[in-house]
Amino acid sequence: MNLKEILKPLSRFVSELGMVGYLFFQCALLAFQRPLKIDYIVRQMEFVGVKSLPVVFLTGTFTGMVLALQSYYGFRKVGAEGLIGVTVALSMTRELGPVLTGLMVASRAGSAMAAEIGTMRVTEQIDALVVMALNPVKYLIVPRVIASFLMLPILTIIADVLGILGGYFVAVKLLDVGEGIFLNRMYRYLEFHDIYVGLVKAACFGIIFSLICCCKGFYAKGGAEGVGKATTEAVVASCVSILVSDYILTSLLF
Amino acid sequence: MEDVVIRIVELKKSFENNRVLDGVNLEVERGKITVIIGKSGSGKSVLLKHIIGLMKPDSGEIWVDGVEITRLDESELNKMRTKFGVLFQEAALFDSMTIWENVAFPLIERTKMRKEEIKRIVDEKLEQVGLFGHDDKLPSEVSGGMKKRAGLARALVLDPPVVLFDEPTAGVDPVTALTILRLIQDTQRKLKKTYVIISHDIIGMFRIADKVAMLSGGKIIAYGTPEEIISMDVEEISQFLEAARIKEIGGKK
Ligand SMILES: Nc1ncnc2c1ncn2[C@@H]1O[C@H](COP(=O)(O)OP(=O)(O)O)[C@@H](O)[C@H]1O
Ligand SMILES: [Mg+2]
Repeated sequence: MNLKEILKPLSRFVSELGMVGYLFFQCALLAFQRPLKIDYIVRQMEFVGVKSLPVVFLTGTFTGMVLALQSYYGFRKVGAEGLIGVTVALSMTRELGPVLTGLMVASRAGSAMAAEIGTMRVTEQIDALVVMALNPVKYLIVPRVIASFLMLPILTIIADVLGILGGYFVAVKLLDVGEGIFLNRMYRYLEFHDIYVGLVKAACFGIIFSLICCCKGFYAKGGAEGVGKATTEAVVASCVSILVSDYILTSLLF
Repeated sequence: MEDVVIRIVELKKSFENNRVLDGVNLEVERGKITVIIGKSGSGKSVLLKHIIGLMKPDSGEIWVDGVEITRLDESELNKMRTKFGVLFQEAALFDSMTIWENVAFPLIERTKMRKEEIKRIVDEKLEQVGLFGHDDKLPSEVSGGMKKRAGLARALVLDPPVVLFDEPTAGVDPVTALTILRLIQDTQRKLKKTYVIISHDIIGMFRIADKVAMLSGGKIIAYGTPEEIISMDVEEISQFLEAARIKEIGGKK
């Protein structure tokens, strides 16, 4: 293997990072330029937000439930079952709420974004927009990024609440942990800052996955096969980026 | 002197090692139908995309109404693009919108017209291409020929002086192809626009063309009226005509 082959994936990664960065600045500029295309944003908010409710609902609830079960197993050994409530609450709000919501929505809505925009690229619909002297980034990407940025924190709040309810149900109703101590410790140790950190992360994940998925679709080529490939790559790249940026954001916002 | 709308000078374009356009020279006359004939893969779509600024050439010039467009930035290009309507190869209708919304889209986004006026124009255009009554269908629910006709209506809806067509009759049955050709001819006669059609359908296009240019090997190897082209002694043209069995028809003329 020569140097060229080793450097090829690296240069590809750098150029893709460049394309996502370029689109980010384009979006930032175009987002405030009239006309604002509110109707396009609302339609995407419905798609990203409302249509993701069932999957966020299930993910949040079961994550909270299994968190309670697992921490019960550990805390019982040291007689600290009373800390289950705060453990579930902190894990959900700071970490699992935003990350799992990000991953689920990236797989569901992000894949659809890559596929839709990719199809528009290979069937010349994007060229048709350009030829009408309309900016495709403004019409196709900006509404999706704004919608994801706005909806992910809201979905995360829902996941947080359902996770805590699920944890409450498992701990208090199934495992007979005292209701008073479960809630009391949670109120005492869960701070507003914990919730805030989680929501900021969620908003960032929204921007990250929507940009990556739109970018993959926007530069797709090679017919239906190319769109399929772009979609798969978009979901994988989004999920990996969410996990990597999660660490960076958490250490910054600690 | 002829009135030239588009002048292409020594246009060259390669993709990696694949030289597609190798010095194209062509002049498109105002108010005429100019047809660019070539085999598939000969670079017709690439040429069309250069004219409308969707691709940048490696070298060469493209003049539209006296302005050289290959070095314009995006906002200047957009000004130039308002002179054009384009019918893409697969019609390129927006698949999230109905036929009616597709045709109305340029009016809604590019003009400040009132709703009633938009409705009047769109209904008129749909009527013109024979799609009245199909206007609330999605592109995925109609046939290829209907998509092309809707694409034609969308390309004409802003009344552009120049219309570009990428393979308007490819992939549809011969009867529909003939309908589309008639539509193209009728609208051109009525509106006195400049039409540039790229196609490999030599028989169909010879019926409606004022001027024909033959693209082969990345160059325009022949240019003239259909009669002139048929009488030329150029290898590629003979092949094309032979394949299309038009020789006898040509001889009778
Ligand atoms: N964006 C592109 N990138 C690389 N190669 C391209 C691109 N567009 C067209 N080509 C190549 O240019 C050649 C001509 O394509 P095209 O203009 O679509 O032919 P046609 O005459 O059938 O319309 C083909 O070999 C095609 O592979
Ligand atoms: Mg083509």
